[in-house]
Amino acid sequence: MQTDYQKMQFAYERAADHDATITALYPVVVIGAGPVGLSAAIDLAQQGIRTILVDNDDTLSSGSRAICFAKRTLEIFDRLGCGQEMLEKGVSWNVGKVFLQDELIYTFNLLPETGHARPAFINLQQYYVEGYLAERAMQTRHLQMRWKSTVTGVMQHDAYVELQVETPDGVYPLRAQYVIAADGARSALRNAMGLDSRGRTFKDRFLIADVKMKAPFPTERWFWFDPPFHRNQSVLLHRQPDNVWRIDFQLGWDADPVAEKQPEKVIPRVKALLGEDVEFELEWVSVYTFSCLRMDSFRHGRVLFAGDSAHGVSPFGARGANSGVQDADNLAWKLRMVLNGDAPAALLDTYASEREYAADENILNSTRATDFITPKSTVSRIFRDAALKLAKDCPFARRIVNSGRLSVPAVLSESPLNTPDDAADHFSGAMVPGAVCTDAPVKVEGRDDWFLNQSGGEFAGVYFCGPGDNIAQCTERLAELAKLAVPVRCLLVVPRGAAVSAVAGAIVVEDVEGMVTSRFDAQPATFYLLRPDQHICARRRGFDAAWVSAALNRAICLG
Amino acid sequence: MNRLNIELNIADPDAFYEKLIDAHNGLTEEQSHFLNAKLVLLLANHLGDAQILQEALALARAGIGEASDAAEQAR
Repeated sequence: MQTDYQKMQFAYERAADHDATITALYPVVVIGAGPVGLSAAIDLAQQGIRTILVDNDDTLSSGSRAICFAKRTLEIFDRLGCGQEMLEKGVSWNVGKVFLQDELIYTFNLLPETGHARPAFINLQQYYVEGYLAERAMQTRHLQMRWKSTVTGVMQHDAYVELQVETPDGVYPLRAQYVIAADGARSALRNAMGLDSRGRTFKDRFLIADVKMKAPFPTERWFWFDPPFHRNQSVLLHRQPDNVWRIDFQLGWDADPVAEKQPEKVIPRVKALLGEDVEFELEWVSVYTFSCLRMDSFRHGRVLFAGDSAHGVSPFGARGANSGVQDADNLAWKLRMVLNGDAPAALLDTYASEREYAADENILNSTRATDFITPKSTVSRIFRDAALKLAKDCPFARRIVNSGRLSVPAVLSESPLNTPDDAADHFSGAMVPGAVCTDAPVKVEGRDDWFLNQSGGEFAGVYFCGPGDNIAQCTERLAELAKLAVPVRCLLVVPRGAAVSAVAGAIVVEDVEGMVTSRFDAQPATFYLLRPDQHICARRRGFDAAWVSAALNRAICLG
Repeated sequence: MNRLNIELNIADPDAFYEKLIDAHNGLTEEQSHFLNAKLVLLLANHLGDAQILQEALALARAGIGEASDAAEQAR
């Protein structure tokens, strides 16, 4: 029997804080049990930080809403212990097709190379994602979930934030050293603090029709410009689990958002695409407009904004929920280090600056896609159509056609936490400081595994051993890592077939297909330092303990 | 740094100009705009150099719509 996550209700419990004579101080309160708030809360609790997650409701998302979850998000869910369930339930896809009228003009593959644990994307209804995260959260120690708990007031003090929480039992004060506001696009906390998220609203309307049917379409993202069944507008088709298909119809600004939601308007549109004889049921219908906006700053003292409360994008590119989960990924380890006294509060400013940078990148990509899909002027429309017409025969024009630039993690190359490369080291490839670490197939203790599973949660030092190196001696050299300011997990990458013996104090990773070495552009003795969120912060040809110490301190704003 | 070549670079400019105009023969104004747009994209891709393209965009725009620009800024 499958759980119906849309109907699932979570039990409200009277919080002990209602009756407390002394107001307790919690390390972190997270507001909002959506994908972002749940991810942040699990991540923090998993790292040993006592976390309270409050939500104004007692149910999960209704309607499929965010459906495209990107490779990076899945890798984060893996670290949070629920990636596999998402993958098994979700529909994996890598290929997109773009049609002009009734002609295929090009096909793209978002993950053209092998050797990654996760696909470019899965499609999965938001209520499943929230359901798996909520189940994981309920099993996580140090994490307490409080449903039907609405934050109605906020006051920042020097050492804590005091929230007023309204529940069916009345109002109680809740004090936290830090608050994460993941309470969505209409963030009540943002409003309560008198802050806003600003940007551009687009004058177009789109209809989402989720239909249940047995359909012959392949598991690919299909985007039509000006198709015969929906003239002069665009249509997007995605497959979801449970035989549900998402169809987005562009309607134009003049469409009546109420009338367009009525089945008698929606069903003919769907039939025009599928044909008169195809049987289907309408699962969920919504008409939406969108904006690209962001808050000026994601950090306001002890309050940190994450996800839609901090930034909003158009849906083309799947950059909303995906970027929000990456906010959580970036924030959790920094908050843990600050709370544990391992790093100064300035580290939290880098959460803001790094994720503001990522938000700007997402907004830029999303705005460009929207301007292509919804041209703002006659001439913009002419160029758009010219690019589409050229795309069939001219490869360059396919790259100009923009039906959404799909979510990839931002490369935080300008981050102050990075140690710049030594120019003499001559690294090539995509693994620059600030980039997310790549995945690759490996063997650990004789078992097939993935490189990314070996890191994350804490800093990791990756050392590449040469063919003739003695692993015990390499480990001894790296023993210096144990003396650093914060723990650094030691990973030794050895060539395929190297005599691997388990060593204390290090994880030995066999590079079975040579992909780790090639993707890191590594040579014997190359060393990489990975942050707890698996972004690269420093790399060097040759191990030097003093250099690692300096790079680590830089990555946590020490000294 | 590469610069936009504004000296004569076409061997027979009169012949080219004639061909450019002839390419639009029999087209409606809308179709002509469409042809021009395709032509701009094809030539821009052939040039490729971002610096040169930026210079060409600026030079093509120079002196057009200045009055409305000023009005825009004043607002």
